[in-house]
Amino acid sequence: MSFTYQAGTPFAGDGIKDVSGTIHDGSYTAIIGHTGSGKSTILQHLNALLKPTSGTVTIGDKVITNETNNKNLKPLRQKVGMVFQFAENQLFEQTVAKDIAFGPQNFGVSEKDALALADKMVAMVGLPHDVLEKSPFDLSGGQMRRVAIAGVLAMQPEVLVLDEPTAGLDPAGRHEMMTMFERLHREQGQTIVLVTHQMDDVADYADTVWVMAEGRLIKTGTPREIFSDPAWLKANQLGLPKTAQMAQQLIAKGFHFDPRPLTETELADQLLPQIGGGQHG
Amino acid sequence: MDKLLLGRYIPGHSWIHQLDPRTKLMASFYYIGIVFLANNWQTYLMMFVATLFMIWLSGIRIGFFLRGVRPLIWLILFTVALQVLFVRGGMVYWHWGWLWITKLGLINGAFIFVRFVLIIFMSTLLTLTTQPLSLADAVESLLKPLRVIRVPVTELALVLQIALRFVPTLMDQTTKIMNAQRARGVDFGEGNIFQQMKAVVPLLIPLFVSSFTTADELATAMEARGYQGGDDRTKYRILRYHQRDWIAAAGMAVLTGLLLLLRAY
Amino acid sequence: MGNVIRVQHLNYTYPEAKHQALTDVSFDVAKGEWLAIIGHNGSGKSTLAKNLNGLLAPESGTVEVAGMTLSEETVWDIRAKVGIVFQNPDNQFVGATVADDVAFGLENRGVPRDEMVKRVDESLERVGMTAFADREPARLSGGQKQRVAIAGIIAQRPEIIILDESTSMLDPAGRQEVLGVIRELKDELNLTVLSITHDIDEAAVAHRIILLNDGKINEIGTPSDIFAHGTDLLRLGLDVPYSEKLKDALIQRGVAMPKAYLDNERLVDYLWTLHSTM
Repeated sequence: MSFTYQAGTPFAGDGIKDVSGTIHDGSYTAIIGHTGSGKSTILQHLNALLKPTSGTVTIGDKVITNETNNKNLKPLRQKVGMVFQFAENQLFEQTVAKDIAFGPQNFGVSEKDALALADKMVAMVGLPHDVLEKSPFDLSGGQMRRVAIAGVLAMQPEVLVLDEPTAGLDPAGRHEMMTMFERLHREQGQTIVLVTHQMDDVADYADTVWVMAEGRLIKTGTPREIFSDPAWLKANQLGLPKTAQMAQQLIAKGFHFDPRPLTETELADQLLPQIGGGQHG
Repeated sequence: MDKLLLGRYIPGHSWIHQLDPRTKLMASFYYIGIVFLANNWQTYLMMFVATLFMIWLSGIRIGFFLRGVRPLIWLILFTVALQVLFVRGGMVYWHWGWLWITKLGLINGAFIFVRFVLIIFMSTLLTLTTQPLSLADAVESLLKPLRVIRVPVTELALVLQIALRFVPTLMDQTTKIMNAQRARGVDFGEGNIFQQMKAVVPLLIPLFVSSFTTADELATAMEARGYQGGDDRTKYRILRYHQRDWIAAAGMAVLTGLLLLLRAY
Repeated sequence: MGNVIRVQHLNYTYPEAKHQALTDVSFDVAKGEWLAIIGHNGSGKSTLAKNLNGLLAPESGTVEVAGMTLSEETVWDIRAKVGIVFQNPDNQFVGATVADDVAFGLENRGVPRDEMVKRVDESLERVGMTAFADREPARLSGGQKQRVAIAGIIAQRPEIIILDESTSMLDPAGRQEVLGVIRELKDELNLTVLSITHDIDEAAVAHRIILLNDGKINEIGTPSDIFAHGTDLLRLGLDVPYSEKLKDALIQRGVAMPKAYLDNERLVDYLWTLHSTM
């Protein structure tokens, strides 16, 4: 399964221009770029909420072009689960169970099976079993977000697309949420596309990075490749993960790192011989 | 929907654009009133020329005005047909049962048609050249005397202003929720009427919920910024009449005079 | 320097709630101080802010702001002294344009129009939004909207600005934009800043931090005092400054590190000393 993406002429406003790239099955791809760089436009092409003005988007064996008929998009939308920003805003059913079961039922799963899925997904997003019969509107903001995500997971998508999934959560909530996606990716081989401003999350979780600027895909690579060029990132108004920032400060003081560390564990490991840590044992 | 509500205003600096919104509002109503005084081809012709002159002054292409007629075309044709088929008088061209086509019927039909078009052109001219916010200001200013009989004019104006302010925000929210539900397999605007009504629920409920949140937070923010209602508030926006507004008023007076004169024929 | 805020034994319970949202909260804020209030979601941070200007009425205890004790008589005077920048940039933008929004608070207080025009222009200038005076909110970024909110507040000549998670819905650029403006204004106008946040970098620039947990004050101290708890902060649902995370990783690898909190610069200096004495 892969996405191939080629779009030509931009549409008015924040369009995207001539973007070509592939997202591989089982990968964890982060899309970064400052606000207005075309990230959300790309996302909406991933399940044909938008169709390319020119060029093609291939999702699995399905090719979407400008001429693609709206009627045949359903199977494709089932394949690509979208978790939008502030996803809790999409909840509407009387109970959590019904809301989670809503998506699968739209794609032809029976009510019974859909409710069974809800049962399973609620556990997967780390919510207690007894929320199933509650109204989603009685839950806290963080819990509502999880219900919304469970509703997308229940569609059993092949690709999970996350648009700033941790926005507005507190640090503990953010960490739990990111760990949950990491588990899905690692244990079930879930393909993930993450759009984020949090460079630390990119460094910690992604295996591929797309950098967008002014509607163009200006660089792709592993997080290590992308974050090894601080000057280039700065020129494109992008930040560094905290570890890379620290490494940068240490390099200025005469430390050496090869390769540049991405996490504090890597940084600590590489620092150890340079500060005589080995002697202490 | 966005276009329907707000996109109608066409920014510009024409003579008409620069009129005080109160002038434009009053003049439009007045003009629509005197259109009904026209009763023969001379008066209709004069009103038609006057309307074209104002459109020319606004610097906006006639196409925008014709587009204003389109949504009402069936209503207009229906009314015209009633006139043509039921009014009897003068020479008879055709007749079947109670349906007659007579000279008087045709003339009346034509007059009704022109009257409709003139009224639509004039109200289109108002909305194309005036920002909704200015219109709200004009309404507030013109309704001010009603405060004497305890109509909460200032509050109503604020409600109107906030409503206008939040239209784009609400549109944005609607698009986001629609996208989220389409991604969950909802087909908006497809299937039979029952299926379509069902599809609206996942859109409307989140929209209500988020509107209530917005209203609640907005009320808190307004209170924190010292909003207590009442008439002690001062106004940042003020409206002032200029020379051109008096010219416009004089123009309307002359038009009325000529109209009354030509009516006498 | 005198205290501009004094809170004593403040309690608050939401109507129909089972638990108290704030329990016996007492603290002082000095004039010109930057105080951060941190705690996980639901710890009572925003409830505290709303009690400070009477948006919520304390159940018991007293709140004194700028020499006035909060009561029904003083509440509007106190609101004139305390401006709050809320979390959602859209839901606090009342005016149809930027200038209208800045004027809103002044209109409410019956400020004469000439004075109003002057203050609107001046406030927009201070937050760098003069060029946007006639723009509609729909055409502004989140950071720009929050700057307009700040302009609306300083136009009222307040003594205190409360940032109620004002940067949490913004992207990193927007966050920098807003904090930069606040830092400048604080000095220029001698403001007292209360920033309610869970952004650890935002808390680090404060003079003091109040650590709130389940409606109670867990600790009040300087950032160094608070951050010295290191990874214990995670248990309170908070983030840990990066330097503490790295310190922790080094300690686990058997490196002797000082107990006190080191910010990034001081940690780099410390590591450099170890490096050069090798």
